[in-house]
Amino acid sequence: MSDEALKELGDYIGNALGAAVVKTEIAHGELAVTLTRAALFKGIQFLRDDSTTHCELLADIAGVDYPDRAERFEVVYNLLSVKHNHRIRVKVATDEDTPVASIVSLYPVAGWFEREAWDLYGIFFADNPDLRRILTDYGFEGHPLRKDFPLTGFVELRYDAEQRRVVYEPVKLTQDFRSFDFLSPWEGMTDVQLPGDEKAVIPLAARPAIADKR
Amino acid sequence: MATTNVATETGLSLSAPATQGEVQIKPLTMNFGPQHPAAHGVLRLVMEMDGEVVERADPHIGLLHRGTEKLIEYKTYTQATPYFDRLDYVSPMSMEHTWVLAVEKLLGITPPKRGQYIRVLFAEITRILNHLLNLTTFALDVGAITPALWGFEEREKLMEFYERVSGARLHANYFRPGGVNLDLPAGLADDIGAYFDTFPKFMADLEGLLSENRVFKQRTVDIGVVSAADALAWGFTGPMLRGSNVAWDLRKAQPYDSYEEFDFDVPVGLTGDCYARYLVRMEEMKQSMHIIRQALDKLSKTPGPVKLNDRKVTPPSRGEMKRSMEALIHHFKLYTEGYHVPAGDTYTATESPKGELGVYLVADGTNRPYRCKIRPTGFSHLQAMDFMSKGHMLADAVAIIGSMDIVFGEIDR
Repeated sequence: MSDEALKELGDYIGNALGAAVVKTEIAHGELAVTLTRAALFKGIQFLRDDSTTHCELLADIAGVDYPDRAERFEVVYNLLSVKHNHRIRVKVATDEDTPVASIVSLYPVAGWFEREAWDLYGIFFADNPDLRRILTDYGFEGHPLRKDFPLTGFVELRYDAEQRRVVYEPVKLTQDFRSFDFLSPWEGMTDVQLPGDEKAVIPLAARPAIADKR
Repeated sequence: MATTNVATETGLSLSAPATQGEVQIKPLTMNFGPQHPAAHGVLRLVMEMDGEVVERADPHIGLLHRGTEKLIEYKTYTQATPYFDRLDYVSPMSMEHTWVLAVEKLLGITPPKRGQYIRVLFAEITRILNHLLNLTTFALDVGAITPALWGFEEREKLMEFYERVSGARLHANYFRPGGVNLDLPAGLADDIGAYFDTFPKFMADLEGLLSENRVFKQRTVDIGVVSAADALAWGFTGPMLRGSNVAWDLRKAQPYDSYEEFDFDVPVGLTGDCYARYLVRMEEMKQSMHIIRQALDKLSKTPGPVKLNDRKVTPPSRGEMKRSMEALIHHFKLYTEGYHVPAGDTYTATESPKGELGVYLVADGTNRPYRCKIRPTGFSHLQAMDFMSKGHMLADAVAIIGSMDIVFGEIDR
C-alpha cells in the first residue's frame, strides 16, 4: 500500500476512535496506531468489524520491554485484513502491575499469544480464560524476555543419577558470560562523533588554543 | 487403526453405586507424547477422552523452547541469521527469507535482481522440501509407509542442491541482507533444471499412491473440517487457510523479491478437511516446480552480482579481502561489529511453506536487534487443535496433527 493510502486509513481510524488514538505512525510502508490502554478492546473490535478496516485475522501479539519508560511494556498487535489486503499494527503501553484487556473473545487465536506474552514478559491480560505459562518449563520462575533477566538464566537442570530424576541447580558457568560492547562508532554507519574528532573539522590555523600554546 | 500408544492413564473410575441403575463414567485423561512418533516432534497432548472420542485436547508446548528471541537480542544481525535456520528445520531458507527481508526493510536496501531470483528459486525448492516431508509423514501417520520412503529419497536429492550452494544440507545460512552469500556454483542451475525434468514423474507416482487411495481417503476426508470463518478467526495461514477455501497467498497479495514477475496459481481446497489440505499442498508443489523453471530461465538471462555492492552492509569476497586493505577492514568490521540498523520497527511476513512467517523487528540504531518477535505459523494452527479434534476419534486426532504440518522448532522457538 502506498503511504498516502495508509495515511488515509490512519486518519479514518483516528476520526472514528477519537481520543483513544494516542499516535499514528507510518514508516516502511506500515501503519502503526498507538491506543490508550482503556480503549484497547473497543479499538480492536472496531478494527475487526468496521467495513473499511476489516481486519479479520490477528497475525501476532508481541510484547516489547523498554525498561526506561514509565510504562515499560508495549504490547503490539499485528492485524491483517485478508479482504482489503492491508496490515494495521496496534500498540498499547502497560507496566508490570496493570492488566491489559484480553481480546480472546474477539480473536480466539489471541489466547496463546497472550499466554506467551504473559509467560515471557509478565504482561497480565485481564479476562483471558487460560493464562498459564506456555513456552517455559513447568514451575519456571521469572519472565525470561524482560531486559533485566540475564541471558544465562538462574537455574540449569541435569539428570541426577543418585536421585534418579532431573534436578535444578543454580547456573554455574565455567567461563564468564561475555557480552562485547561494539558500540564504537563507525563512520558511514553511525553519525556519532568520536571525542576529539570535532578538532579535525576545524582548520589548524583557526584553532586559538594551539596557537596560544606556541 | 490402533497405532497410538497410551502412555499414562489416570482418572478412570466407575464411581456411581450400582443400585441407582446408572453408571457415571469420568472422562479418561490421556497423555499423548511428547515421545510419540505421530506427535511430529515434542508435542505433549493431554486429552480428555469419552471412550475413543476426544472431548478436549490441551497441547502442552515449549519442550523445545531454546530462547531464540532472547539469544537474537544478544547477537549482531549477521549472527542472527543461523538462528532462523533452526526455527523450522524442514524449511530453513524460508525462515531466513523473512529475516533478511525484515532487516532489508529497516536498512532501506534492495538486493540486485539476480540475488532476488536465487532467493525465489531456493524458497520454492524449500517449499517442495517441506511439503515432501509433511505429506509423506502425514501418510505414514495414517498408515502408508511407502510415500515416506520415496519422499525422503527426493528430499535428499533436493538437499544436495542446498549443500552445493551453501555447504550445508539443512542449516544453510545462505540468504543475507542484501542478497545471498555466493552465486550458484557452475553447473548447479543445469542440474536443478535436469532434476525437475524427472520430478513430474515422481509426483505422478506419489499421487498414484495417495490421492485416490481408499484407506487414505477414509482417514482424511471429512476429518478436521474448518470453515473459512473459523480458519481466519483462529489465525490460520498458508495451506491451512487455503484448504478452507480462502485464496490468500502473500506471494500474490504482498509480493516480495520479484514474486510479481512469476506466473503461478494459488490452489484452494473447497472442503476444509484434512484431505483438502493434502490436495492443496500437492498442487503447491507443482506450482513451485513451475516457479523454479521460471526462476532458472530468468537467472540464465540475468547475469550480475548476487548481493548488494555496498561494503557497509555486505562483506567483500574472500579473494578481495586477501588483497585489498580496505576490503580487509570492511571484512573485519562486518564480522565483528556488524552493520548498524537505523532505529525503527517493522512487521515483515513471507509465505513460508507452512503459512505466514512474520518477524516483528525493533531496531534501536545499534548493531544488535532490540527485539525480534517471530510469528510462528504452527503456533496458531496447533492452538486450534482443541476445536478441530473435538468429537473426533483418537486416531483422527493423529490425522489432524499430520495435516497441520507442525514443526516444533518454530512453534517453541
